[in-house]
Amino acid sequence: MLLLYFCVGMSTAQAPVATTSLLHKEAPEFVRIDLQHRKLDLHAYRGKVVLLDFWATWCASCQLEMPRFVAWQTQYGPCGLQIIGISMDDDPDLARKLYKKMKLNYPVAMGDDKLGQLYGGVLGLPLAYLIDTKGRVQAQFRGEIDLNLIEERFKPLLRP
Amino acid sequence: MKFGLVGRSGITAFLAFAFLSLPAQFRAQFTPVPAGSAFSIPEAQLLKPEALVQLLQTSSKDKPLILQVGSHMLFAQAHIPGSEYAGPGSQPAGIEQLQNRVNALSRKKLIVLYCGCCPWNHCPNLGPAFAKLREMSFTNVKVLYLANNFGADWADKGYPVEQGY
Repeated sequence: MLLLYFCVGMSTAQAPVATTSLLHKEAPEFVRIDLQHRKLDLHAYRGKVVLLDFWATWCASCQLEMPRFVAWQTQYGPCGLQIIGISMDDDPDLARKLYKKMKLNYPVAMGDDKLGQLYGGVLGLPLAYLIDTKGRVQAQFRGEIDLNLIEERFKPLLRP
Repeated sequence: MKFGLVGRSGITAFLAFAFLSLPAQFRAQFTPVPAGSAFSIPEAQLLKPEALVQLLQTSSKDKPLILQVGSHMLFAQAHIPGSEYAGPGSQPAGIEQLQNRVNALSRKKLIVLYCGCCPWNHCPNLGPAFAKLREMSFTNVKVLYLANNFGADWADKGYPVEQGY
């Protein structure tokens, strides 16, 4: 019952409007090696609700979001949420250091300009995409957004 | 009124919680400006995107030198045509790269810096890059004001971009 409350809860906030050419389309697939040297294949997460978070160590707003993402992964992971981080740092060592410092509990891979362009151009951070269980983009969150709005957006997609 | 250690900690924790509960945009307004922040750049030196577009369209021989001082990965995806990547202003190596690029130029040369990595109030690159050029006695330095980021305030508005390194 408690899990049901955490997974579904009450929807009160208004969902942010997502405007992107990727909206309701299949999320561009990619395969990378994550910072833990494991294969990260977006397709393998079909059946889960994915929050694909583009971040970088130079993005202060991104770092402010991370503790909440860690908490979400713990809380909503059992309900089917999977957060995936893509670091847009030029230097992977900086990303690795922050990954450890922030104790991220979800996979993070390095991005590049090609991956950025696949997602319509990552031309500023923070940026995150919400991908449903069928692999379709349900929302795009650009810039500093109230994290409660993101939470209210993905919660209805999770299994009870 | 005196508070015990526990009382003071409780009040501090409560205030911190209340602050963090505010929406991000409100928090940003009350967050102290860190040294080297883009907020440290005088308003008179800021250039709006539309003003830079006009400047790009002029056929004057004295075109500005436009330098991106943020992320190279962002630069590779899209940048202002004719602009050059000059290293991340937040890193010592980036400042050195910037210094090397402009060192031989006239101190009166018009230089436009831009970044657009993240919201203006959180940009770590522009403040140090601007300060460096000031320190080097450049007198005609402008900084492109992108409130949110390069995507939202430049590319999405249809202003010209090009890709590549």
